[in-house]
Amino acid sequence: MKVLVIAEHDNHKLAAATLNAISAAQQFGGEVQVLVAGCDCAAAVSEAGAVQGVAQVLSANAAHYRDQLVENLAALAAGLVRDEGFNAVLAGGSSFGKNLAPRLAALLDVAPVSDVVSIAAPGRYVRPIYAGNVMVSVESDEPMQVLTVRTTAFEAAAAGGNATLRELSPREDLGVSRLVGRELSKSERPELTAARIVVSGGRGLSSGEKYREVMEPLADRLGAALGASRAAVDAGFVPNDYQVGQTGKIVAPDLYVAVGISGAIQHLAGMKDSKVIVAINKDPDAPIFQVSDYGLVGDLFEMVPELVAGLAVQ
Amino acid sequence: MKILVPVKRVVDYNVKVRVKSDHSGVELSGVKMAINPFDEISVEEAVRLKEAGIASEVIAVSCGAAVCQETLRTALAMGADRAILVETSAELQPLAVGKLLKAVAEREQPQLVICGKQAIDDDANQTGQILAALMGWGQATFASKLLVDKGTIRVTREVDGGLETLELPLPAVVTSDLRLNEPRYATLPNIMKAKKKPLDVIPAADLGVDIAPRLRHLQHAEPPARKAGVKVADVAELIEKLRHDAKVI
Repeated sequence: MKVLVIAEHDNHKLAAATLNAISAAQQFGGEVQVLVAGCDCAAAVSEAGAVQGVAQVLSANAAHYRDQLVENLAALAAGLVRDEGFNAVLAGGSSFGKNLAPRLAALLDVAPVSDVVSIAAPGRYVRPIYAGNVMVSVESDEPMQVLTVRTTAFEAAAAGGNATLRELSPREDLGVSRLVGRELSKSERPELTAARIVVSGGRGLSSGEKYREVMEPLADRLGAALGASRAAVDAGFVPNDYQVGQTGKIVAPDLYVAVGISGAIQHLAGMKDSKVIVAINKDPDAPIFQVSDYGLVGDLFEMVPELVAGLAVQ
Repeated sequence: MKILVPVKRVVDYNVKVRVKSDHSGVELSGVKMAINPFDEISVEEAVRLKEAGIASEVIAVSCGAAVCQETLRTALAMGADRAILVETSAELQPLAVGKLLKAVAEREQPQLVICGKQAIDDDANQTGQILAALMGWGQATFASKLLVDKGTIRVTREVDGGLETLELPLPAVVTSDLRLNEPRYATLPNIMKAKKKPLDVIPAADLGVDIAPRLRHLQHAEPPARKAGVKVADVAELIEKLRHDAKVI
């Protein structure tokens, strides 16, 4: 059994989702190799080589892999899987993995499996459907298993490995898509999908200004990542990468604080696996209270500052 | 420029789905069905491109049973020019749908295919990417903005870290994210007009592709429910609980 993990990285650092995918790959019980395709990506290659459980890192270095554009990446991975006889290919269930894995699977003429949350055996998985309201067990006899894994369902693989490195020759540039630009949110706060504490704001915050005024001090006090409901993103309070939910990010922190979020099914799908959920909402009948461990009914504009002040006192 | 828009009939997003008592699937009988919301956004985008004089024709296509004609009529009422139903009563998985859509694309020769990024029933998020691969075309998934300029498109994508803008040659596949647009409501006159628009039915078997399911979906189950929590009286009690009961801060 040979298992390939496709690394997501920015040529310098691996994305957290890759570490979750590596630990999922180890459950196949075979040899785990990691593909790092990029440009001047030695730092990402060596980071991958130092992850526990990785036997070998395959690196492909070329200008047309720099921006991680999917057409070239999928073609490279498909060739590699065929030539070297990989039995399974995994990627993290991030926007990167979701973009790549189905394309790769189609090139290999196999059915991909998305968002796997548990691996019973190679070809036997469980995944959520209907916004996480149903869990389905899936069986696949495909000769090459292609899957994305839900990052919150697998621990991040730890450092401490010592993989061998092998350089691959790049394939030709297909010259399809071209990166025009990226506007990536810069934040000193923990990454939303990997944070131990997440504080999320919804429509109840009423504006972007109020969102920042109320939520940022709470995030700062708790060392938390900031998230939001779809309603808050649609209303323009915060950028799209804050969105938690069925079609946004899936999070499962130790503590999730939902502020002014009513709790639509689509939002619950993104956070209901959190260990402890706190909801602050003025509507005592808001559905968010059905999933929260601790509910506080009241005006968030009073409650949250009070909470921030209270947390300062030991 | 022709635009092809695949649409899927799914359980309406407001419905709370239930697992069948034998766990073989989800209860669909008597359940309200609707066009997949992301596909609705795709139809809207295509119709706007036609209204802007950029697209010449918008073709909606659905793969599935005869009842999918309802979904196609919704797309027609929103402004699609004509529709194609690739009819089969067989279970269709994304790889099979990708192959059927490829066969349709080869017949229709669209310059652009706009799919929803995922269907809200199986949440697979695969079909657009699969179709792009099978056609050998570029793909821009999770689009929040689409600009067409002669032979190329510029697409802003919603990615985990923020936004990313790509430029791709046509033909290409784009998949819609939530913020691409806000779909219009079909007006009654347009619903009536849609009934007269052409809707071709092609038996899936006529397309000569292998649509046999590759995956077996066995046991369906509802996830363990969270046990009901408590309401706390005030902020002080909340902090006390978080510190001493839950021990998360």
